[in-house]
Amino acid sequence: MPNTLETEQEIVVDLKNPFLAGVLAWLVPGLGHFYQGRTAKGLVFFVCILSTFGYGVYLGGNSELGWGRAVYASFRPGQRHLPFLCQIGVGLPAMPALLEAQRAAEGKEPLLGGFMAPPLPVGDPHPGRRMDALSGQPTLNELHRKLHRYFDIATAYTMIAGLLNVLAIYDACCGPVFAENRKEDEEEKPEDSSGTV
Amino acid sequence: MVNILLASTRIKDFWFALPLIVAVSLVYAATRHELMGPILSHALRIGVWIVSFMMMVLVVLLTISWCT
Repeated sequence: MPNTLETEQEIVVDLKNPFLAGVLAWLVPGLGHFYQGRTAKGLVFFVCILSTFGYGVYLGGNSELGWGRAVYASFRPGQRHLPFLCQIGVGLPAMPALLEAQRAAEGKEPLLGGFMAPPLPVGDPHPGRRMDALSGQPTLNELHRKLHRYFDIATAYTMIAGLLNVLAIYDACCGPVFAENRKEDEEEKPEDSSGTV
Repeated sequence: MVNILLASTRIKDFWFALPLIVAVSLVYAATRHELMGPILSHALRIGVWIVSFMMMVLVVLLTISWCT
């Protein structure tokens, strides 16, 4: 009976168009792998990453405050939300945050009950249309006070989901890491090719 | 001091780590293999390793709390 690892190493992974696969994998976790015909792995990435992100969105809100409060985009000085740099790694599911940030900057009220909308800024050095648009939204202090530790847990969940998708994107672009290791091993030890381990 | 550490730690919050450990293990293992069999066995090993590491950190923190 062949060793599982040997069987696996015999698989030739057709990456098709790696760039397109990477873009698709970023937009929707697992989509790049579906495009390459790697359905099982695509399903693993899709379920694991999206369920992690979805649970974070659920934890970071409630029916009173609105959902997905831990995912929002804000890069104004003093109100930067750097976790979004990790959260955007999950692709389309985090895009509503960009849409809401853009709407707030244009002075428009948030959509969908404030889903992924930025909180009301406190002590904004440049108050204006953005302040008016977000006047009905909770402040960051209120979010922390009402959601307690769940706000931080939700932030961690959504950040980790985004970072995990970076691994999935790399896998879609370059294939599994084991294949590269095997190639390096063969190049380094050509005399061992006839031997057994 | 140990009592303060344990009191400030909500034991039930540890359950929030479980879905993360499962997801991280599966995704990491999936980036290193192509077949589901090796992926699942590798994920199991990584999951056990992560839990062991977290337990070691907990023991270290409890020891430090106990000593101070």
